[in-house]
Amino acid sequence: MADFGFIIKKTRSIQLSEASLTKFKQAVEAVPSYKNCIGCGGCTATCSARQYTDFNIRKVHFSIRRGLYDNAATELQKCMLCGKCTLVCPRGVNLRSLIINIRQIISNSNEPFEDGKF
Amino acid sequence: MENFSPFVLPFVLGAFALLGICIYKYVRWVRQFDRAQKKTLYKNIFSVKFIPALWEMFTECLLHLRITKKNWRLGYMHRSIAFGWFLLILVGAIESRLGTKEHFHFWVAIFYRYFHHTPPVNGTEVFFTNLMDLLLLYVLSGVCLALVKKIRSSLLGMQRATKHSLMDKAIRYSLWGIFPLRLLSESVTACIYGNGGFLTQSIGNLFSIPAAQFLELPFWSLYSIDLCVFFVLLPFTRYMHIFTEIFLIYFRRLGVQEHTRMTGFTKFELSSCSRCGMCIDHCPLYKDLDIPEVQSVYLLRNLRNLEYHKDIVTAAKNCLMCNRCVEDCPVNIDLMNIRRIARDKGKIDMPDSYSYLKNVNSFNAIGRVAYFGGCMSHLTPGITQAMETIFQAAGQDYWYMDEQGTICCGRPLLQQGFNSQASELRRKNTELIRQSGATALITSCPICYKSFKDEYQLSIPVYHHTEYLKMLIDSGKLKVKKGDLKVTYHDPCELGRGQHIYEQPRQVLSAVATLLNISDEKENSLCCGMNLGNTVLSLEQQTVIRDNTLACLSEPNPDIIATACPMCKKAFVHGTGANVKDIAEIVANQIEK
Repeated sequence: MADFGFIIKKTRSIQLSEASLTKFKQAVEAVPSYKNCIGCGGCTATCSARQYTDFNIRKVHFSIRRGLYDNAATELQKCMLCGKCTLVCPRGVNLRSLIINIRQIISNSNEPFEDGKF
Repeated sequence: MENFSPFVLPFVLGAFALLGICIYKYVRWVRQFDRAQKKTLYKNIFSVKFIPALWEMFTECLLHLRITKKNWRLGYMHRSIAFGWFLLILVGAIESRLGTKEHFHFWVAIFYRYFHHTPPVNGTEVFFTNLMDLLLLYVLSGVCLALVKKIRSSLLGMQRATKHSLMDKAIRYSLWGIFPLRLLSESVTACIYGNGGFLTQSIGNLFSIPAAQFLELPFWSLYSIDLCVFFVLLPFTRYMHIFTEIFLIYFRRLGVQEHTRMTGFTKFELSSCSRCGMCIDHCPLYKDLDIPEVQSVYLLRNLRNLEYHKDIVTAAKNCLMCNRCVEDCPVNIDLMNIRRIARDKGKIDMPDSYSYLKNVNSFNAIGRVAYFGGCMSHLTPGITQAMETIFQAAGQDYWYMDEQGTICCGRPLLQQGFNSQASELRRKNTELIRQSGATALITSCPICYKSFKDEYQLSIPVYHHTEYLKMLIDSGKLKVKKGDLKVTYHDPCELGRGQHIYEQPRQVLSAVATLLNISDEKENSLCCGMNLGNTVLSLEQQTVIRDNTLACLSEPNPDIIATACPMCKKAFVHGTGANVKDIAEIVANQIEK
């Protein structure tokens, strides 16, 4: 196929009534500022990892809002936790905390010290 | 049996129980050292490092000099109980050894007055009897201060005392009981036989002889039982620090260090904490936000005591890692590393997370210096521009390593307990720097600086830009003129307390402006509130901390608030109408053309 410099994605639909939002709700509970997000994308624009790969933090947390958790864990793993996104966020969303918490919620793993076994 | 009475049994049993439990615990912990720690231990075990260790044990475990330097009243309290009791045991042992011809048992040294009834006659005996009374008085003065501290800690210069667990409270009362009971026991015996010194005899004379005869055995028994309670509780409470600190000082002097996992050495550190609570008062989370039970003393308690294990993560997470408590800790416990250990992310700390970086190539920078702005400096372009101006003015060839994209230094990950992900980033950056052939690394961010200094093993020197500016000005490569600006300087946590760089930034600032003094500076500097160590605080809470710091910095009415960290600068600019600048920016404006 000819390369036009852009692609057209296939249409897709999300059944929000069927999507499980449990993990999203857990994330909001862990990081209440998550719900302040207006989706401006400042976080993605400043992201250090974004300069090397197609990691898009805004896309990831929007997917999670819609109950799509499939690639979130492997995507968020690309984050270097430098904290620029948290600093530029105009709504005060604690993105570093959000990234760590979502990774924990999705992988369903407690911190080793949370179980008291060490 | 001579020199024996059944009442000594609790003491004897308690002492043996204490000895047994301590040996069991210490042997177990040493065996739990990791391989590197064991190697260091065995390599240095017979080295001369033992001598400074002995001196430190004396000055810290007995004299408590570090506490005294911070707060002399607390220092006196600790010294009178620790050193006073130690002398009481030592002098008591000598006195009883000299006075007992035969049937000497170790308990005779403790209960000497009960077994030795003859009043002091010759000079030596009078001396020892009165010396023992004096020492008892010294210890009792400490116990009285401890009581005052319990009722009103502010009288001893502490705003907030630690909240203790039930066991800790129990053993505290048993400790406080020991010395008054000893005084009473010796006094009633002195009343009957006249063998007391200036203190015990005077108090003894207040009793009538039949009453004294009736009370003698109960008092001595209570004294013995109280000692037993103290000994048996000791290994399970905060008072374990008495013996553990001795070993901690020794191991530390031999070069044993904390690693990324919980080891036996961590357990020595945890048990060396006396829960004095000196880390609480200055903690920004307590001072500005009144957040309870997250300070180092509570984290260590949670890690150590089973009943608090459920609170470990809550306490571990909520900390700015501003290092203030490390400065305040009189035992010099490695609090930041212990906190990182408690933040271990376990399963989600994935290896090979950054495979996308493998195509990032180095640059041929032979003969140049490498300049690493750091992630945050991309949000404060004024700093990096100023540095480039300075490099050019000084005629220094440089390679701006992260001009296009920044590979994080890895410290933010490390602080959140992602050890393996952090080391992956460190490997990549090390490779880039090594391949470039740069002669030195200069960084603008104290977080990166601390990381490059402590966590990387780079073969080239690493400078923070304040150090580098100082070198340029001193060598005459950079000519600056002194302006008429008045500035106050904010010590960033990672640069000041983290790396002890206090003088270079001040000297640089003094060369270009007039530096004003502020109330909390150098070791006591306040945190800007945005430290990457914390992920729990909300923006509003961080703002409270920032505003308090800004108030301190603005107090002498400066023209410019200077700092040396892009993060602190970013935090401050939003909170004040005043001019906030990095040192590099101020210097760049004052370059002589």
